[in-house]
Amino acid sequence: MDQQTRRTFLRTAFIGGSAAAGVATGPWVLRARAQGAPLRVGLVLPYSGVYAELGNSITQAMELVFARENWTVAGRKIEMIREDDEMAVPVGVRKTEKLIDSDKVDILTGPVHSGILMAMRDKVHNSKTILLVSNAGADAVSRARCSKWIFRTSFSNWQPCQPMGTWVAKNLTKEVFQIAPNYQAGKDDMEAFRESFHPAGGKVLGEEYPKLGETDYAPYLTKIKQSGAKAVFAFFSGTDAVNFVKQYDDFGLKQSIKLTGPGFITEPDVLPAQGKAALGVITGHFYTPQLDNPVNQRFVKDFRDKFKDKTPDGFACQGYDTAEVIVRAVKAVNGNTQDKEKLVAAIAAVEFDSPRGRFRFDPKTHNVIQPYIYIREVREVSGGLANVPIDKIADVRDPGTGCTLPA
Amino acid sequence: MDIVSQALNGLAYGTLLFLLSVGLTLIFGMLDVVNLAHGSFYMLGAYAGIAALALTGNFWIAAIAAPLVVGLVGALVERGLLRPLYRRSSLDQVLLTFGLIYLFEDLIKWGWGGRIRSIAPPEIFSGRVTLGGVTLPAYRVFVIAFGLLVAILLWIVIEKTRLGAVIRAGVYDAEMTAGLGIDIGRVFTLVFAFGAALGGLSGVIAGPIQSAYPSMGISILIPALIVVVIGGLGSLKGSFVGSLIIGQAETFGKVWLPGVSMLMIYMVMALIVLLRPQGLFGRPLR
Repeated sequence: MDQQTRRTFLRTAFIGGSAAAGVATGPWVLRARAQGAPLRVGLVLPYSGVYAELGNSITQAMELVFARENWTVAGRKIEMIREDDEMAVPVGVRKTEKLIDSDKVDILTGPVHSGILMAMRDKVHNSKTILLVSNAGADAVSRARCSKWIFRTSFSNWQPCQPMGTWVAKNLTKEVFQIAPNYQAGKDDMEAFRESFHPAGGKVLGEEYPKLGETDYAPYLTKIKQSGAKAVFAFFSGTDAVNFVKQYDDFGLKQSIKLTGPGFITEPDVLPAQGKAALGVITGHFYTPQLDNPVNQRFVKDFRDKFKDKTPDGFACQGYDTAEVIVRAVKAVNGNTQDKEKLVAAIAAVEFDSPRGRFRFDPKTHNVIQPYIYIREVREVSGGLANVPIDKIADVRDPGTGCTLPA
Repeated sequence: MDIVSQALNGLAYGTLLFLLSVGLTLIFGMLDVVNLAHGSFYMLGAYAGIAALALTGNFWIAAIAAPLVVGLVGALVERGLLRPLYRRSSLDQVLLTFGLIYLFEDLIKWGWGGRIRSIAPPEIFSGRVTLGGVTLPAYRVFVIAFGLLVAILLWIVIEKTRLGAVIRAGVYDAEMTAGLGIDIGRVFTLVFAFGAALGGLSGVIAGPIQSAYPSMGISILIPALIVVVIGGLGSLKGSFVGSLIIGQAETFGKVWLPGVSMLMIYMVMALIVLLRPQGLFGRPLR
C-alpha cells in the first residue's frame, strides 16, 4: 500500500472502529453518565431585596440536609443551582426557563412569591419538570391549577387560616374585624378564615384591604377601634407586618382588641423589628422553633451550629422538608431521574419525621398535609421574643376543590 | 368623634409630607432641577438616624445628626454631579437623579442589609395621649407640633431674612439675581443642601411611625411630588397647604372610599391642576 492509501485506511478504520465501539457500549456509557451525573436541583428564590431573608432561610436549611448527606445521593453528587428571582414575576419566569431549558435541572424548587408560581406553573407542567414548591402559598396550585409534576412542601394559604376561624370563635370572641393587603393572598386568607368562623357562629364586623406597601395604617386602626370588634384577624407579611403590628400597639388597640392572624405577621423575619409591640399576638402556623419533638430539637441545634446561632423559622423548616423529600425520593429510585413517572410516584410516597411532625403529601392535591397547625402566642422567653405554641389543630389538609390529578 | 380622629391622623401624615416636600419644592423652584433622588434623602435620613441612635442611644441627637449628614450628601451631589448638568435638558437631570435612587438604595443595602428596621421614638413620646375622647400615640402629636414649628421657622427665614430674600429672588429669576452680583452658585448649593437636609429630617422623624427599609424613599416620593405640583413649584406656603390637603385626602379616601383610595390623591391633583395649572400658590406660568 502506498502512504496515501494507508493513511486513508487507518483513518477510516479508526473512525469506523470508534463508531462501532461507541454504538456497542453507548447505552451503558450514557446510563452510567446519567447516573453518575450530578443531581441538579434548581432554586428560584429571592436573594436580594426585603425578602432575601426568606430565600436565605430556605436555602440554608436545604444546605443543612444536603451536607448531612455529604452532598451525595444514590451515587450522584448534589448540585444546587441558585437563581435570584428578585420577587419580580418577569424575572422569576425568565430564571425558571433558564433552569429548565439551559441548566436542565432534575428537580426545580421555589419560589417565594405566589405570582411567580402562578406564572411558571404552565411552563413547569408542559415541560414535565418536577417542581417542589418550597414557599408560595397560592391556593390555586392545589386546586384548579394543580399538576402531577408539582408538589408543595410548604403550605397553602388556606391551611394556617381556616382552622383559626373555629379556634377564635371558640376561644376568643365571635366578633372579629378582618384586614389584609389588597391582593389575592390577602383576600384568600380572609375567606379561608370565614369558612369556619361563620359556621361557628362568628360575625365579621368589618373588612378592610389597604394597599400592599401601605406605610400608614392610622385610618384603618381608627376604624377598627370604632367597629366594636373584640378581635382582629390580620394577614400581612414583610414590611407591612412590621408597620401594622407596631402601629396597632402605638394606637393602644392591643389592650382591648386581640390581634390574631396567620403566622407570617410575627415570623422571625419581622419579629425583631416589631419588638415588644408584638407581645401577645396570636398566630396560626405549622411550625415554631419552640416545638419540643426530638427531630425539631436536633434541627434547631444543627441549624444554629452551622449558621452562627441563627434560629430556624418556618421558612427554614420548608427548606429542610424540601431537601428531605429530594433525598428520599431520589434514593428510592436509585438515582434514576430519567424515569419521571417513577420519580413522581416516589415523591408522592415520601413520608418521614419532619421538625413540624409527620410529613406526608396529600395524594389528592400533592400538597403537604400539615400534621398540626399550632396556635402560638408571642411571649418573652430567654433569648428574646418567640412564638410559643399554646394549642394545636391536627391533620390539616387543603380541600383541593377543583383539583383532578391522574390517579 | 370619628371624623376628628381621622382628621388628626390626616394631619400627622400631612406633616410628614410637608417636611419632605418643602425641600423638594425649593429645589424645583430655584434650581429648576427635577430631583427624583429626593426620596433617597428621606431614606438616607432614616438610616443616618439609625446609625446615630446606635452610637449615642439618644433620639434627639439622631434627629439633629441625620439632617446634617444628609445636607452634606446633598451639597456633594449638587456640586459634583448636578452642576455640570444645569445647562442640559431636564431629561439628563432626570436620568442622573433616577440613577442616584438605585445607587443610594444599594449602598444602604450593602451597609445595613435589606431587612426592615425600626426606630424607637424618644421615651417621653412613647405613650398615648387622649384629647377629648380621641386617643393618639403621643409621638404623632409631637410630629404635628414639630411640623408646625418647622413651618413657622422656615417662614421666618424665607420671608424675614436677607438670606430668605436671596432665595426667593433666586426662585423667581435666577439669572437676574446673579446679575445683581450675588454668587448664585453658592446659593444653589446651599438651597440644594438645605432641601436635602429637610428631606433627611423628615426621614428620621418618620422612622418611629413607618420604620426604615432601603426602598422607603420610592413610596413617599409620589405623594411628595403631588404636593409640590398642587402647591406650586417653589412655594413654601404651597407645600404647607398642599401637604395638608393631600394628608386629609389620603386619610379620608381610605376611610370613606376604600375602593378608590389609591386614586384619591391623583384625582385631587388632576382637579387642582385643571383649575389652576400653576398650583395653588405658584407663580403664573409664562
